[in-house]
Amino acid sequence: MAKIKGAVVIDQERCKGCEVCVVTCPPQTLALAADVNSKGYHFSYAANPETCIGCSNCAVVCPDGVITVYKVKIG
Amino acid sequence: MAEITFNDIIKPENLTYKKSKLMTDNVMHYCPGCGHGTAHQVLAEVLEEENLQERTVGITPVGCSVLMYNYIDVDFQEAAHGRAPALATAVKRLMPDKFVFTYQGDGDLAAIGTAETIHTCNRGENILILFINNGIYGMTGGQMAPTTLEGMKSSTSPYGRDISMMGSPIKMADIVAMLPGTCYVTRQSVNTAGGVRKLKKAIKKAVQYQNEKRGTCFIEVVSNCPSGWKMTPVESNKWMEENMFLFYPLGDIKVPAEK
Ligand SMILES: Cc1ncc(C[n+]2csc(CCOP(=O)(O)OP(=O)(O)O)c2C)c(N)n1
Ligand code: SF4
Ligand code: SF4
Ligand code: SF4
Ligand SMILES: [Mg+2]
Repeated sequence: MAKIKGAVVIDQERCKGCEVCVVTCPPQTLALAADVNSKGYHFSYAANPETCIGCSNCAVVCPDGVITVYKVKIG
Repeated sequence: MAEITFNDIIKPENLTYKKSKLMTDNVMHYCPGCGHGTAHQVLAEVLEEENLQERTVGITPVGCSVLMYNYIDVDFQEAAHGRAPALATAVKRLMPDKFVFTYQGDGDLAAIGTAETIHTCNRGENILILFINNGIYGMTGGQMAPTTLEGMKSSTSPYGRDISMMGSPIKMADIVAMLPGTCYVTRQSVNTAGGVRKLKKAIKKAVQYQNEKRGTCFIEVVSNCPSGWKMTPVESNKWMEENMFLFYPLGDIKVPAEK
């Protein structure tokens, strides 16, 4: 059966750490980092990258438009 | 087959979502998690997809979104507080081929600009009014707005809005829907991916109706103000779903007859 694999690229320097993407992601791929960017925000990152299904939900709710989404069909 | 790697996936041919090309590279000044940013992104996507960059004139309000012209790469005019619909009227009448929209907060549209809002809708000007209702004056420090919910605390209603003294929150979308000049009135949201996708469809309809000269389109976006509400962005969205959406239910209020 074809399987979908997704990946997100997050512009962490522009992320404001609002967490809206984190709670929106169905498979809980994302989390806020313990580290901060130069503005002091705990930026979002793919804590469980293998779970991403490329649904784009995180990217469309991100107020700052910092997430880019890719996906492929495999198998 | 070997395990597919991150670098295999992030190739241009696999691109699924990227912010609109009409969004400039300027970092938006909005607070973290503010719905204004999301609303800008959706609007820019529609303007890009409908090829409207060269023929759009947006009218910016006074309020947190006053600097919107720095973020979406189309022509803009800045209006005096509350007067965006009047300015939009002039622009559309002088340049009827332009796609004209206003973008206004609830203080701008439902307090100081009530007269302009109502009469523009009553005249049925062929414009889109995008109304960002966060139930508060965000920009000036979280004062009570006409849209503030009963019991809701703000810097000028520290014990909560008292209806007996301050009147009831006003439902602008329902009011303008009663006027003959409006052709499409809907209430949407930007806190979930589903909500954003519905808002995008609504803005596309407004573009179509403006092209068909159907009258005024009024799209309310029930939104958050984490700073004014004194909540985290995630808390503010939850509070909005549990409180704002009850008083301001989402969905279409007025739709035009099919042509
Ligand atoms: C004539 C005039 N009166 C008052 C103000 C102060 N003022 C600036 S923004 C604002 C209200 C903004 O609230 P809203 O429209 O809801 O926008 P938000 O910041 O919440 O997005 C007020 C009262 C002003 N700038 N000009
Ligand atoms: S929604 Fe955007 S700004 Fe907010 S934490 Fe996620 S990536 Fe950062
Ligand atoms: S694209 Fe979908 S699955 Fe992947 S991180 Fe974003 S919300 Fe989660
Ligand atoms: S004050 Fe409120 S409306 Fe203004 S940018 Fe901050 S969160 Fe958004
Ligand atoms: Mg407001």
